[in-house]
Amino acid sequence: MSEFVYLFRVDAAEQRDRMGTPERAQQSMQAWMAWMRQLEASGHLKQRGQPLDRTGKLVRGKTRVVTDGPFAEAKDLVAGFIVVEADDIGQAAELANGCPILEGGGAVEVRPVLAMNF
Amino acid sequence: MPELSEHLFRRESGRMVAALTRIFGVHNLALAEDVVQDAFCRALEVWKARGVPENPSAWLMTAAKNRALDVVRRERTSRDFAPEIARLLETEWTLASAVAESFAEHTIRDEQLRMMFSCCDPRLPEEVQVALILNILCGFGASEIASAFLAGRAAIEKRISRGKMVLASSRRLFDLAEDDFAPRLGAVHRALYLLFNEGYHGASAKAAVRGELCGEAIRLVLLLCEYPPAGTPATKAIAALMCLHAARLPGRVDVYGDLNLLVDQDRSRWDTGLLGRGFELLEQSASGTDLTPYHVEAAIAALHASAPSVDATDWRAIVSLFDTLMRIAPTPVVALNRAIAVGQAEGPARGLAELHAITDSERLASYPFYFAAQGELELRLGKGAAASEHFRSAIALARNATERRHLEKRLRRCSE
Repeated sequence: MSEFVYLFRVDAAEQRDRMGTPERAQQSMQAWMAWMRQLEASGHLKQRGQPLDRTGKLVRGKTRVVTDGPFAEAKDLVAGFIVVEADDIGQAAELANGCPILEGGGAVEVRPVLAMNF
Repeated sequence: MPELSEHLFRRESGRMVAALTRIFGVHNLALAEDVVQDAFCRALEVWKARGVPENPSAWLMTAAKNRALDVVRRERTSRDFAPEIARLLETEWTLASAVAESFAEHTIRDEQLRMMFSCCDPRLPEEVQVALILNILCGFGASEIASAFLAGRAAIEKRISRGKMVLASSRRLFDLAEDDFAPRLGAVHRALYLLFNEGYHGASAKAAVRGELCGEAIRLVLLLCEYPPAGTPATKAIAALMCLHAARLPGRVDVYGDLNLLVDQDRSRWDTGLLGRGFELLEQSASGTDLTPYHVEAAIAALHASAPSVDATDWRAIVSLFDTLMRIAPTPVVALNRAIAVGQAEGPARGLAELHAITDSERLASYPFYFAAQGELELRLGKGAAASEHFRSAIALARNATERRHLEKRLRRCSE
């Protein structure tokens, strides 16, 4: 088994639209919880990760310039991550298939955690 | 991990908008709605990682409250907030307590009432008032309202945005101490009654949607009952009427309209809690000197609800209540229901005679149950051919598959 990080990327505007009414927001929530439960039940969920605020600061370059960003309305914003366990990258990508973020026009970036010991 | 209760977001949405509007002012309704949306997005991110919190409502309220504080701090120099509490928002000395007060349970109740009265602005037609109530106070989206009303989404969106423009232009929510409280209460009654009827007799085929509309109408009318100046005998009568009708929803055989009273329902499935509440409210409504149509309709509902079967129903008493209703609030639908009751009390021939005597029956020309009623009465007279014709007219007017199925079943009876 290897570990993989799922980075959830969203387009804030699209997500808003998808959560347009309270009832739809609740449906999205239920879909997410069901998906997470399924990952957990099948033994693939290694860490529940952390939700991230949409905005923050960027510290950049040698001059250590601090700027605002990313912005809440940005496209392709990293909204959070979890860690899963899977046989290989193929299975990890397949497990990401059912992620509700895809319904809202978002993406799951599947990144293998580098093995430390050989 | 606690489960998410059904319609939690929809229910909390109306309460959050009420609290936020008290802070931002009704002219910033869109901002309040953004903050609610934001709280839902936050809940989505956090709950999916951490699970549903012990008290999800309190969690959402706190998220909205914190966001409101951010917004006020960021925008208090550039934006006008609610004139009633603007001074308190200006300084950090009073900001936190003013915002906390807006989220207190009793404040939320009062603000929901003020919002309800504001939605029933006389400048707005009734269908706009109802759409606004459903959107702002009940958390339904335009497409959900459209499916309940069998209307186009665009039409409903237009109603909502028109209504919100009028709301925003008023700057303040309706003040419950205002002089025109009484006439505005009448408008609120009509809107809630309409909302309930849309659920009870509505054209939407989805039983779940219709049940939710009835549930929301009851929730709002009970909110009125809790506030003494609004809890008048007429309010109690409407609440009684709604409870007595809604109690019988679970037993309804697949048919709408008052004709369903002629089909024996599974009375063991009626909601006895709601029935009890309804009788209690009906008793409380019997004070003062005003006899409103709501009182009479509630009394009719009570007679149906307390009868052990269709045949053992006191139809004569029901006819006499319909006579009263025809005197104080005559409509063709009331006349139709009266004729049906006469048919039960005095036989089908008398019922048909009353039906034919309805003066403005052309207003019933698109109502399937006008023809179905004639079909039922002819059928009871043994005139299958005449009955078939009426049922065919009714089928052509059926508003959804369930109505059509029921009417087709009755049509087959004609040739048995």
